[in-house]
Formats: sequence, structure tokens, C-alpha cells
Amino acid sequence: MDGSPDLKNAGPAQSYSGPPDYRVVGRHGVFPETSHDEIARFNFLAHMNRHLSTRIMPAVKTAWERRAGPAFETRESRAPKDRHEVRKALLQDPYYQAWSALRRATMEQRQQAGRWIALRQAEILSAKVDGLTKAGDRLELDPALPIPRYVSAVDHHCMPGSYHREVFPGDVSGAANYDSGIFATTGGALGRFSDGGGHAVVKWVRKTLPDFRPHRILDIGANLGQNVLPIAQAFPDAEVIALDVGAPMLRYGAARAKSLGVENVRFVQGDGSDLSRWANGSFDWVQTTMTLHELSLTSIKAIFAETFRVLSHGGIVLHVEQPQYAADMPLFEQAMRDWDAFYNNEPFWSTMHELDLDGFMVEAGFDRAKLIHDGVTAVVDKDVFPDAADDEGEDYGRKAAWHVIGAVK
Amino acid sequence: MSLDLALALSSAKPAGSRPYFMDPEVERVLNILMATVQELAVTRERLDTLERLLEAKGVVAQSEIERFEPTKDQAAERGLWMQEYLNRVLRTLQQEAEAMQTKGDLASEEVALEVSRADA
Repeated sequence: MDGSPDLKNAGPAQSYSGPPDYRVVGRHGVFPETSHDEIARFNFLAHMNRHLSTRIMPAVKTAWERRAGPAFETRESRAPKDRHEVRKALLQDPYYQAWSALRRATMEQRQQAGRWIALRQAEILSAKVDGLTKAGDRLELDPALPIPRYVSAVDHHCMPGSYHREVFPGDVSGAANYDSGIFATTGGALGRFSDGGGHAVVKWVRKTLPDFRPHRILDIGANLGQNVLPIAQAFPDAEVIALDVGAPMLRYGAARAKSLGVENVRFVQGDGSDLSRWANGSFDWVQTTMTLHELSLTSIKAIFAETFRVLSHGGIVLHVEQPQYAADMPLFEQAMRDWDAFYNNEPFWSTMHELDLDGFMVEAGFDRAKLIHDGVTAVVDKDVFPDAADDEGEDYGRKAAWHVIGAVK
Repeated sequence: MSLDLALALSSAKPAGSRPYFMDPEVERVLNILMATVQELAVTRERLDTLERLLEAKGVVAQSEIERFEPTKDQAAERGLWMQEYLNRVLRTLQQEAEAMQTKGDLASEEVALEVSRADA
């Protein structure tokens, strides 16, 4: 002790457990500039999301147990038979209605706040991305690639333009909106660079497979690469492919990686259901992180089959997702987890979480005895960020605690 | 120009029909209210920044703000501002009250017919 005050332990920061100020967000060369008030808007949204999940949502369960549930049983003379009946009964309850309306409003406000930031500097961002990506081979686009119906039908999580639309040729404002706003949606639970999922995967692999030395890694549905960069950094000798259907995400992601000094990732526009450009056994690691729930039944099967084909013998596939709706998960929890499916434009979410993924993996060719199941939580700088591993609460589908399902070929 | 883009597109609707959980008119008001609540938080944060900068530069201490007591005239000016403010915000209730006390109040659409008659 040198007698100077320990500021960290002196004031309110000591017992504070809310989202960090947005100003700790990780900035890179193409991260949009944010004014004081734009940051304050994100701060409000991070707190609003936390308030909704910790202060308002718990009473939805009370409304179900004391009101909507008994009303259903009185009306139908039986218990609900599935989560859809529970959700439809909840829709009649005024408390569920209020929580839902606020949750939807908050999501729309988050999109508006991020779009304002990204669009007002759209031309500058586009030029910066161009400057960082025009030389070299780290970006490979395919303008002829058809955008799958599961991406184009509705804009996922109410993000106008989704992952693929541009306001003008070369526009990356959709990606900049996505990148800048994740922090507000998750209250910083994914860390400075919103890459806590990627770090969680690296930690899991290092612990579980300490001798694994991958040479070729494929990340399907890589988005702007936020979760594959930690993998690329952890295995700098590996050549990493970040695959996605959305060109603006890939352009922005390639520029982001470049400015962060990660050189071993190539951003390629393509659909994971057709990996025919790569020969059998081309990769020793195939990864998806929070991707499966945004696909479709046919594409998930095709992706599993292609994954098996392009994996080398002894290679691994890992899918990181929210937990499946197992038989022992209460119908109320399933119904709450389904909220995003129907009210936040995640149309495959509900079906995906009831699929027999093990069965699909076996159907794709994997050996049932070599399947992998585990749980991981986001790995973040605990000095600054809330750690999902210490969080007893539940945010039904949004908590930074995931399941890993995978296989060794 | 980017600012035009932002004005035109920042509030764009995502593809997909929007669910409503309440009477859509009620939910519309809630949505406007929550955006206003957000902007109030933004203003509060800006004010907080300003106060802390003023204090750091030795201009105004936060304790001075907390202990500030207006003079009689200042208090009157502030009181008047508050009255004006509430009048403005609650305009619609005053007008409802006036309407209840008015008899034979015609709609402009009804008067439109009346004043357009050739024999009027």
C-alpha cells in the first residue's frame, strides 16, 4: 500500500454490476465514429435491455403461473401440450403484452440508433473499407451468389437490409450498424470487440483438445468475422476462411481484420450448403457460432453434409448455439425462448431448437460415438464486463451462455 | 450525401410484418414515449458530462449545484416556466375540458357544407 486511494474500490464502481459505459467498446479502423449523444443512446439501450430482463421479465413468469396458465387450464380443461399453446396463451396476458411491446420497441430503437450512426458516415466508411481491402487476396466476393430465402424473407433481428443489402454500391453501413450496436444489445456481455463467443471456443478447444493443431479452418456464417478472429489469432499458422452470403458484412469484416492486424483470415462470399469449391478433406476444423438458428431445415442438413465432406479425418466440427429445447425444459421457458423467433424476426429459431441435431449429424456421416456436447460462456475482460458464467439470471435466448454441439470425424 | 441517407433511412422498417402486442394505437404511443424516454436519458447524460467538466475545470462544483437556492425572483421565473411547460404538455386535457363545457360545437366539416351553400 502506498497510501494513495484505491479508486476502483472506493466508489460506486465497486458494487456496480450493470453494463459498462459504451466508451469501453473496442474500436478498429472501420468502426464508425460516435458522438457523445449517440453513445448515450446506446448506454440507454444497454440499460433498457438489462432492466427488461432483470426487472420486468421475471414477472412474466408470475403472470403465467397465476393468471395466463390457470386461465388456459380453466378454458381448455387441460394443461398446454406444447410451447406454442403457452405462447399464444401468454399473448392474451397484459403483462406479457407490455413486456413484449417494450422489448420490440427497444430492438427497433437499437436499430434506429445504430443506423443513424452508420448511415450519416456511410460514404466515409465505404471509402475506408475500400482502402483496406482493395489490395491483396483477403476478400473474395461473388456478386452472382443467390441470397437464400431464409436470409431475404424477413430481416433478422429487425435489422433493416439484413446482412446483404446495400444502400449504394460498396455500402457497408449495415455491417457498421450491426458491429456498433451488438454492445448495446448485449450490455457488453460479449466483450470489447463483441468476440466473447470466439474466445469461448478457443478456450474450449485449448482445454479439451490440447494437442489440436489445425491448419485449415472454415467458419460458416462468419458475419463480420467477430467470432473467427480470436480463433485465427489463437492459431496464427492456420489459414482461416470466413464464409458468409452477405457481401457488405464480408467487406467490412475483411477491413476490420486488416486494421486489427489479423492476416490469416480470408473473407469469402459463399453459401455453406454448397462447398463444392473445396475438395473432400480440405479443412481440419469447421466452425459455426450462433449461425444455425438463422438457417432453414434444408440448408442445415446440406451444411452438415458438406461439413462432413470437407473435413479431414480426425478433423472437428463445432456448432455454438443457445441450448436445444430438451424434453426436460419447461414449456414456459421454451415459449419465452421462442419470443425472438416470432417477434424479433428469427424465423428458424423455434424449429432449429427442437431438432434432433445429433440425428442430423449422424445422418451427415458422423459417428454417434464421436459427437461432442458441452457448454461454454463468453470469455470477456472481467474487470470491465459482466461475466455470463457468474450470472444466475436468465434472458431466455440472449444470455452469453451457449451449448457446443460438434463431432470429431 | 450521408446525412440525407441517415434522415431518409435510419428509421426504416425491417422486412417482415410487424407484430403488435396491444391495441396498435396504444402501442404507437408507447413507441413514441420510449423514444422520448431515451432522448431524455441522452440529455441527462450530456448534462452530467457538462457538470463534471465544469467541476474538473474549477468553474462550478457539483455540490454548488446541489446546494443552489434560487432568489425569490429566480424561483418565480422557474415556477412560471414550470407552469408554461405543464400547460403545453397537458394541452390536450385542457381542450377536452373546454369541449365538455361547450354546447353546440360544430365540426368544420359540418360548417363547410353550410358556408358552401349557394343560398347561405
